[in-house]
Amino acid sequence: MNLLLAMLVPERLVHLSAVDYAIIVFYFGLVIAIGWYLKGRANTGEDFFMAGREMTAWVAGLSFLSANLGALELMGWAGSAYQYGILATHWYWIGAIPAMLFLALVMMPFYYISKTHSVPGYLKLRFGESSRALSAVSFAFMTVLMSGVNMFAMAKVMQIVLGWPLSFSIWVSSLTVAVYVTLGGLRSAIFNEVLQFFLIWAGALLIPILGLYEAGGWGNLKLQIAHNFSAQYVHLWSGLNHFGTNPMGIHWTGIVFGLGAVLSMGYWTTDFLVVQRILAAKDIRSAEMAPIIGAGFKMMVPFIVILPGLLGLAVLPVKLVPEPIAIATGGHTYNDVLPLMLARYCGPGLLGLGITALIAGFMSGMAGNVSAFTTVWTYDIYRPLINPRGSDHHYVNMGRWTTIIGVLISVGTAYLVMQFASIMDYVQALFSFFIAPLFGTVLLGMLWKRATGPGGFWGLLCGTLSSISMWGWVKADPSALRYVALSADAKALAQDMYQALWSFIVCVTVTVVVSLSTQPKPDAELAGLVYGMTEVPSVGDVPIYEKPLFWAAIVVVVFVILNIIFW
Amino acid sequence: MISIWFFIGLSLLVNGALILAAGLYQLVNPPENATVVLFNLHANVWWGAILFVLGAFYCLYFRPKHS
Repeated sequence: MNLLLAMLVPERLVHLSAVDYAIIVFYFGLVIAIGWYLKGRANTGEDFFMAGREMTAWVAGLSFLSANLGALELMGWAGSAYQYGILATHWYWIGAIPAMLFLALVMMPFYYISKTHSVPGYLKLRFGESSRALSAVSFAFMTVLMSGVNMFAMAKVMQIVLGWPLSFSIWVSSLTVAVYVTLGGLRSAIFNEVLQFFLIWAGALLIPILGLYEAGGWGNLKLQIAHNFSAQYVHLWSGLNHFGTNPMGIHWTGIVFGLGAVLSMGYWTTDFLVVQRILAAKDIRSAEMAPIIGAGFKMMVPFIVILPGLLGLAVLPVKLVPEPIAIATGGHTYNDVLPLMLARYCGPGLLGLGITALIAGFMSGMAGNVSAFTTVWTYDIYRPLINPRGSDHHYVNMGRWTTIIGVLISVGTAYLVMQFASIMDYVQALFSFFIAPLFGTVLLGMLWKRATGPGGFWGLLCGTLSSISMWGWVKADPSALRYVALSADAKALAQDMYQALWSFIVCVTVTVVVSLSTQPKPDAELAGLVYGMTEVPSVGDVPIYEKPLFWAAIVVVVFVILNIIFW
Repeated sequence: MISIWFFIGLSLLVNGALILAAGLYQLVNPPENATVVLFNLHANVWWGAILFVLGAFYCLYFRPKHS
């Protein structure tokens, strides 16, 4: 019904000029040209699926960050900032930075020295084929759904801003992604992600600069928001002592343990979409530095995503509302805040660049999902379970076809996503289904040598099932929220945090119990896979300012200072 | 192999040139009813110029070289 209504009401927020269209067309031409140029460098499996494992720390790090800087980041979190205030920043700071540093300093060496192609590939080495199959199938399922979310979000932007029909936008973007990923594989996806990173900053940075100028600076902005809404919209931590004293309806334990310790750790350290970019690094030092570089930039992203949402609370003349109300009244939803701010400040040329930045974010998010799906399907499902004896050339061809098929499945998923009221809540729910238990399994696999194959498999399965069960329970009986999220006041995002926490605990508990009652693996088989059984390679004899640990310490200091400033 | 940074420079250069040109045109021929807030700051002129200079630097520094 939403889809039908949306397609019948071709609302147009702005009118683009010729120069805006020229910028958009140039972007599409450039990404296709990059894919075409890289076509000749994607002939082997290592080239097509792993970008030849020759990326520098900067390229891998920016790509690592950009793969996550898709539709949800740009529009969804700007909308969440309008809806929940500065609390949305938690997903960038405590919900990302500790996990990225943990990936760099603790987990990356194991991924890298095991020379695995994927996270499910690591599970195969550590826990056996059944864990890999379970992880690969659930990841593939989640990935195409995520890709559909990206497509839907992009199509919404194009409809709001340009008046393009949803279906037209979905097909134009998906075909472009299919072309450049099919041609150049992961290297093409990475190149376009780094390009997208620059476009996003070039296109979005003006909004907070001009917005703060109009609002009279950060101090005046806080006063206006406090006057119009609530002072709690501009405090990160001070309203989190009770569920009912902050706009998100969450307690600090949910943020610290659910988001910071489980969900973000799971996402940044085991979601193959982002980890794949690091696996393409050229050496161990680059692999460790890449997430740290990503963390440094991640801390700055709220400036172009969260701040526009907060500025919308102060300067926009219209009040944004939830999607069902917007559809019924013809108003604008929370997720429209970024395009509205773009239209407010950006004239000819700048508007085209801003729209291009959004499109680039959406397309690289989609490309990231599709390239990760292609690798997992080919290496973790097709090769071990369907055709183990194919040649390298055969698997590359399979990768190219899977890219096209993955895009088509995503297109179908995009239409499915339209049935959900809130994009962000939906995706958070998905993360907690699969990501939190997977983190428990990988973490125990790397840090506890007593964990066994059956333990890993049953822990992962029970953790995932428990998460789905909790979600279904609250769907069937909303009053169950007071048990799952510890409070009847909890909102959807808070529910996801606790769901992740419980499913992680279930996973770890089951893994430990089953492992202790099954035969442990011989030590010799754990070399290169588990701490204590592996000689972690040194980053080399380099000056202190080139050591990953040094830069990680700097990131930690800045992270702490930022949280205190916005407490 | 052409560096990724060259492609980025090319993107910034072309986009900067287009935005700067559009800004200069509006500076010379201001629209009767400005549709954007803070039009008087002419953001597209200085922002386009910044992107253009940055793009030009990247293009020159990372230009493809024959071995």
